Amino acid sequence: MAVKEFEKPILKEYSPIPKLVEQATSHLAPFKSKEDFQKSLGYPGELVDNWQEVALGKMGDLLKKYRSLRVYMDSCIQCGACTDKCHYYLGTKDPNNMPVGRQNLMRGVYRKHFTLPGKFFPKLVGAVDLTKEVLDDWYSYYHQCSQCRRCAVFCPIGIDTAEISMAAREIMDSVGVGQKYCNEIIGKVHKIGNNLGLPKPALADTLEGLEEDVEEDIGVDVKFPLDVKGADVLLITPSADFFAEPHVDGLIGYAKVFHQAGISWTLSSHASEAANFGMFIGSYDNMRKLALRIREAALDLGVKRIVFGECGHAWRVAYSFLNTLAGPFDFLDPRYPVPQHICEVTHDLINKNVLQFDKSANDGKIITFHDSCNVARASNMGDIIGGQFSLPRDIIKATTNNFYDMDDETIMEKTFCCGGGGGLLTDDLIELRMKGAQPRMEALKRVVEDHGVTHMAAICAICKSQFSKAFQYYGFELDQIISLHQLVGDALIMNKKEL
Amino acid sequence: MSFVTIFYGISFYVATLILFIGLAYRIYEYSIIPAPLKIPTPPAPKTKKGVAVRLFREVVFFESLFSATKWTWLFGWLFHFALLLAALRHLRYFTDPVWFWVSWEIVQAAGHYAGYMMVFGLIGLLGRRIFVDRVRYISNPSDYLMLILIISIALTGLLMKWFHTDIYAVKMFFVGLMYFQWSELPSDFILLLHLSLVLLLMIIFPYSKLLHAPGLFFSPTRNQPDNARDQRHISDWAKKLESKK
Ligand code: SF4
Ligand code: SF4
Repeated sequence: MAVKEFEKPILKEYSPIPKLVEQATSHLAPFKSKEDFQKSLGYPGELVDNWQEVALGKMGDLLKKYRSLRVYMDSCIQCGACTDKCHYYLGTKDPNNMPVGRQNLMRGVYRKHFTLPGKFFPKLVGAVDLTKEVLDDWYSYYHQCSQCRRCAVFCPIGIDTAEISMAAREIMDSVGVGQKYCNEIIGKVHKIGNNLGLPKPALADTLEGLEEDVEEDIGVDVKFPLDVKGADVLLITPSADFFAEPHVDGLIGYAKVFHQAGISWTLSSHASEAANFGMFIGSYDNMRKLALRIREAALDLGVKRIVFGECGHAWRVAYSFLNTLAGPFDFLDPRYPVPQHICEVTHDLINKNVLQFDKSANDGKIITFHDSCNVARASNMGDIIGGQFSLPRDIIKATTNNFYDMDDETIMEKTFCCGGGGGLLTDDLIELRMKGAQPRMEALKRVVEDHGVTHMAAICAICKSQFSKAFQYYGFELDQIISLHQLVGDALIMNKKEL
Repeated sequence: MSFVTIFYGISFYVATLILFIGLAYRIYEYSIIPAPLKIPTPPAPKTKKGVAVRLFREVVFFESLFSATKWTWLFGWLFHFALLLAALRHLRYFTDPVWFWVSWEIVQAAGHYAGYMMVFGLIGLLGRRIFVDRVRYISNPSDYLMLILIISIALTGLLMKWFHTDIYAVKMFFVGLMYFQWSELPSDFILLLHLSLVLLLMIIFPYSKLLHAPGLFFSPTRNQPDNARDQRHISDWAKKLESKK
């Protein structure tokens, strides 16, 4: 199925808040999941006959299981403070992409079926029945939310639209309307262990190839170990790191850090994926099952620490949820937090002077840094408030000479999503992805023009893939997006004694 | 005892019950629903004390709203602050003898001028609803009516400066209600209108978006300390999943 042509947004110096255009992206919706993908996750294969009843039942259930959902359904003042905070609204102008507009798609149904005023005075409070049209709107617009939580930072009540999108997706899955991209991928991890469906022999092959490449490149025998029992560190990294550009340069960077610091480490073929798309579909169950693979791998390999590679939502699940989902991790070395981010490891080694850098190796580059939403707004690093912002920047400054931040309104906790997060990194949503990238691209364009920035570093697999597309689309170069640990790897002074 | 007194007396009992039982029930509901995952937004405090400071700043200064939009913050904050001042002034109707600081000139005067501030803030908020296309799009009839209701309460209150009423009798009416020794309520039109609107507000409070008041304290993005790695956070229903296997 071909994706329709759409008008290309023009990057402006400072875009004013756009006037809304109703139904501007009501035609956008990702492909629906096929029957077997649905069933393998424990959902009905297609829309069930009594879907309204089932959906409302599920909604009632979630309202009792998630305080966030219940409180957020009740507490919105409809004040409008969030209306211009979503990159998808800014890029598409569709009012249902205003965070509160998106929430109201569910809030209308909530009011009708779960509150007295909605039952008695539906018109007055905007209460609606859950009709097929409403379900279609849900499918469309709850898949136009990257669950980036930018809205939640600005809302006076802290209403987090991501919580509502996740609940909506779970309700839709429970009646048999799932999204192909996410559900197919989750199925692969359940079966094989990673998003790509890459089996152990292929993974081993890839890693061997990487060892050869690095050896050829720098003359140091940097290892990429797989399933090594008794290693100190289990590295969990997004499977894109094994293949995709620029991700793989990040993986090489981590390997060099471990090598140089003399830390024994291993990847696992059982848990060869950091990503956890269970979060995107709001399914605690699926998220937990995926997370348990990591626990199993850690136990099986007898490691002492778990370290995560560069991946945004994976770090959210790791930092904020892993202890909940798959803990307690009392069998690991108590001197280290569980889990750790690779940036925490590198940062710590830099502070201890274990790593030395030749910054001039990166002199060809002028760097800016993209805070990935799930790292910026849903996790932390280094156990200091704001560590998720300062640690990556410290590392960049330790490894390069030229660093410029983008505008304050577009970084740190106010960072703009890349446009492809939340399970939307699929070609059937390319229009949404490119339009949603617009605010970030505008901020980038400004530092390119003002400071001659040549590269943007990121610490998220989804961001990197999305930017590879968006950069070309908006007239930058594909290779201007890089992994943060590529900078580390390139500048790291390696000990060649082994040769 | 006049019909007016009996009618308003009973109405205030009923409305008070709805308000307090309704709110208490909502708070009870919110408190028993678990928050199964840690979802605080940055800058997230690490400790409970930090959370208390954060909530204090949100409640007193509307910090997040300030970073989002200055106009809504200005109007919203003025309105809420004025509401507080007006409420303090009104304490003289419910305390007997009047608490000493309530009768201070400054508390009484501030409460009076707050009435104007309140109307100003509310009209600003109404203006945003009408003139900003994004806010207009999300506004339901109830959102306009709520503003109009509170504006009317403030205006009828202010009007009593010109349409005098026997405020001592009003006070005795309320104190009488509180101690179950009823006394007559003056039946001046503006006063009765003011009281009727207040009754309406009390009744709809637990069923409306006014629940944002308790809601803020139960909002997991704001009330959770960021300590997921140090302390295992697990809800009862999630625990059951673990024992299944
Ligand atoms: S900022 Fe919060 S309270 Fe205001 S409209 Fe948006 S979600 Fe509702
Ligand atoms: S979570 Fe992000 S994508 Fe979703 S509504 Fe909020 S700002 Fe938009």
